[in-house]
Amino acid sequence: MAWRSGFDTIEIEIYQKRLTRLTLLVFIVFGVLFLRLWFLQIIDGPKYRIKSENNRIDLRDVLPFRGLIFDRNGQLLVDNRPSFMLGVIPEDVRNLDGLIDDLCRLAEIDGLSAKKKIKEALKYNPFNPVYIKKGLIRDELARIETNIFSLPGVIIEAKSKRHCIYGPLAAHLIGYLGEIDKEQLNREEYKENKLGDFVGRFGIEKKWHRYLNGIRGGEQVEVDAHGRRLGVLYQKSAEPGFNIYLTIDKDLQMLAERFLCNRVGAIVAMNPNSGEILAIASSPTFNPNDFAKGMDKEGWKKIVSNLYFPLQNRVTTGQYPPGSLFKIVVALAGLEEGVIDPYEKIYCRGSYDFKGREYRDWKEEGHGYVDLHRALVESCDVYFYKMGQKIGIDTIARYARRLGLGVKTGLRLGDEKEGLIPNREWKLRRWHVPWQEGETLSVAVGQSFTLATPLQMVRFISALFNGGILFRPQATKLIGRENNETIFALKPDVVGRWGLKKENMELVKKALLGVVNEPHGTGRRAMLDQIRVAGKTGTSQVIALPEKRELAKARDVPYKFRDHAWFVAVAPAENPVIAVAILIEHSGTGGSVAAPIAKNIFEGYFAKLRH
Amino acid sequence: MFDRRLIDNFDWILLALLIFIGLLSVFNLYSATYSIRSMGGSQIYIKQICWHAIGFLILLLMTTFDYHVFDRIAYPLFIVSLIFLVAVLNLGKVTHGSQRWLSLGYFSVQPSEMVKLSIIIVLAKYFSKAEKMGNYRLRELLIPFILIAAPFIMIVYQPDLGTALILLIVSFSIIIFVNVHWKSIVIFLSTALLSAPFFWAILQEYQKKRIITFLRPDLDPLGSAYHVTQSKIAIGSGLFWGKGFLKGTQTRLHFLPQQHTDFSFSVLAEEWGFAGSAILLFLYLFLILWCLNIAKNSKDKFGTLLVVGIAASIFWHLTINVCMVTGLLPVVGIPLVLFSYGGSSVISTMAAMGLVMNVSMRRFMFQE
Repeated sequence: MAWRSGFDTIEIEIYQKRLTRLTLLVFIVFGVLFLRLWFLQIIDGPKYRIKSENNRIDLRDVLPFRGLIFDRNGQLLVDNRPSFMLGVIPEDVRNLDGLIDDLCRLAEIDGLSAKKKIKEALKYNPFNPVYIKKGLIRDELARIETNIFSLPGVIIEAKSKRHCIYGPLAAHLIGYLGEIDKEQLNREEYKENKLGDFVGRFGIEKKWHRYLNGIRGGEQVEVDAHGRRLGVLYQKSAEPGFNIYLTIDKDLQMLAERFLCNRVGAIVAMNPNSGEILAIASSPTFNPNDFAKGMDKEGWKKIVSNLYFPLQNRVTTGQYPPGSLFKIVVALAGLEEGVIDPYEKIYCRGSYDFKGREYRDWKEEGHGYVDLHRALVESCDVYFYKMGQKIGIDTIARYARRLGLGVKTGLRLGDEKEGLIPNREWKLRRWHVPWQEGETLSVAVGQSFTLATPLQMVRFISALFNGGILFRPQATKLIGRENNETIFALKPDVVGRWGLKKENMELVKKALLGVVNEPHGTGRRAMLDQIRVAGKTGTSQVIALPEKRELAKARDVPYKFRDHAWFVAVAPAENPVIAVAILIEHSGTGGSVAAPIAKNIFEGYFAKLRH
Repeated sequence: MFDRRLIDNFDWILLALLIFIGLLSVFNLYSATYSIRSMGGSQIYIKQICWHAIGFLILLLMTTFDYHVFDRIAYPLFIVSLIFLVAVLNLGKVTHGSQRWLSLGYFSVQPSEMVKLSIIIVLAKYFSKAEKMGNYRLRELLIPFILIAAPFIMIVYQPDLGTALILLIVSFSIIIFVNVHWKSIVIFLSTALLSAPFFWAILQEYQKKRIITFLRPDLDPLGSAYHVTQSKIAIGSGLFWGKGFLKGTQTRLHFLPQQHTDFSFSVLAEEWGFAGSAILLFLYLFLILWCLNIAKNSKDKFGTLLVVGIAASIFWHLTINVCMVTGLLPVVGIPLVLFSYGGSSVISTMAAMGLVMNVSMRRFMFQE
């Protein structure tokens, strides 16, 4: 066989010698190990025995300070306030029943459930505090503090609680915190968090949670048998989270929310030259401070069961028929395709017949002879029925998408809806029936299946006035720390360009100036003295009620059948610095309800700029 | 076929030692996981019984053929274990931030455990074939260095720095045993020291951080340093006779981390005191000395080197683990073989002990 590598005698001797030396080495090392154990267990043993019986070394968390949230001008919006929690360390309790009785006298607590919780914890985790009340009020705190020495096992811990200084202001943007759930615990983003932590659940608080959160510290504390701290052996301080500067302007946001008070709707203002969101308001709203306390079942039920869904951010997820706002798309598509001659006049008699059906204009008596300019200024439906039919649904849909409708804008703040731009292929796929030509007419005036969000509309009007650039809307201006460490700074993000002919855009822009400034314009109530506003009204029908017309006044129509009022605008028209989109649900016409709000918002904004 | 002399030469003492250690391990795990179990935790000690049982079957299997088979298949075996390591880097499960486990349907294996044994086999083969009898120069050690470096780099990459360290120490123990020229040792150490800054410079920031926490766990007062504090209290508070079975307070209250794996010795020391820990140490001492005795009586170089390598592996695991839990060495995540919980570790150690048994049984046999 091949292996034959047996020893010869010299080798045997050498190896025997080495093995003897090796054995000696093993004895020496084992000697060291025995000595070490002797030292730990016999010489120092009694000391350790005392430590193990009387004192103990606990690991206590030192929670980081969550980053603050400011508006674009450095106005503080969200900070942290101390909140006091009543806790019990089960192992240190002498007489549980007595203790609970005492505590019930000193503070308002649920004695039975507290007793149950403590008994439960005693079984497997007796050294970790069980919290029996969060958010102690001042009187309770004082009463317990004075009696703390007769309450073995009771601890009071200060924890910081998230506090929105202006309550519900910008609630949908800022968001709220909630206790971390099992699924989140396993995710990389939440690796700094433990069970029981409050983490961002919505809005900016969720989006930037990992930066806001900071890094948890901790300390090794020696505690005696009575739960008293003897000293800190080691500690690692917590690192505060990063601060966030939003793009919104606090005052503009307040103004926007004031106009939404007692209404259902959304207002969004944007810098048309960068995509920065200046205000983002959705109504009804909620107060994030209610969540900071830890939402109780009652409060949660109240919010969730509210018919108007206060948690929904209508700016990003409210999808509404764009109504007459969509006429801008049809006008641009028609001009670009050469289908619309801007100077051609069409006669409007108040309705349009198509395939034996009558399509009505909002103005019963008709607009008379209208060209493109007048059709936009007065929002003539008949003109756009005709043009829409000439252009065709697929071309309209193609342009609408190119102009940024029917696609998400990419704000990246939780859920965003993409609206809907229908075409032939979509209808066949979705409804399994072919497109009806009559539907093209409805789409041309922004009805039928067409849907858009306020955010899409504000970006749309911005692009028209900034030369056709589609910016990604952004709400975070800066993320940084006091020592000037910046980890995020907003850069305008161009996601698309319209690529339309300049003269076509100019024609439409001129018409939108007319909407606000000309005698018959539908948006005259947005007119300002010194600054030229350009905009477009929209009134989207919720349901086609034949008898609606017959009702004398809007307030006679049942609420849920009333029209949504739209208004989009920019100012100043020559060189816009602000664009807004306003939508008020079930309120009436855009010109009468939404346009005046725009006027007030512009007034407020420019007044602030002047100061 | 099967030679009667093999049964006559069966090493009952080795077997008895292993059974003793196995029993202590199971009893200790029963206690270490007692409080978890009452909360509906896993039946870790039952699993450990199974691993030891499978381990004994593998041990017996390893004695049924002549260990020289391994002399022949040393390289293929080594390559297979390297392939497993490559596989684990690509397909392995990531647990606690490192990729060590390879899932094979119903169970997972740790290929690094397999490599620990195959590197011993391959080095034993290499040096038993060499003409020289000691006084190796560095350039003559090029092939062994390559053999060590390949798995070492892959294990570091997982990263499992503890296992990589063991691999290195055990391999170097074998090389030192076959005797290296003292000049070579000096040159090797100085080159290693001089080139260290260069390697440090090419490392990524996170890799540096990982190495620092590996070497200086005390810099992490809430992690390793805390564990060592608790472990020392547990061991020290055991005094001479210990607190008694299931009476360890540190254990019951989960002050000890990984009390069924890396810190299982602390549980024993708390409950059985100096007496108990000394008995366990004596068992291991006896096991290692017995192995060295087998190495001494082996009829060929391959057998001697093989058994010396395996004995070194057990010796270093024990030494590093005990030093770790008593606060003499940083907590580097090395288990106490056979005693700590862990399927891959128990099985690969039992396979290695099977080889030792094999060498022991065939010490009087002559090949035809």
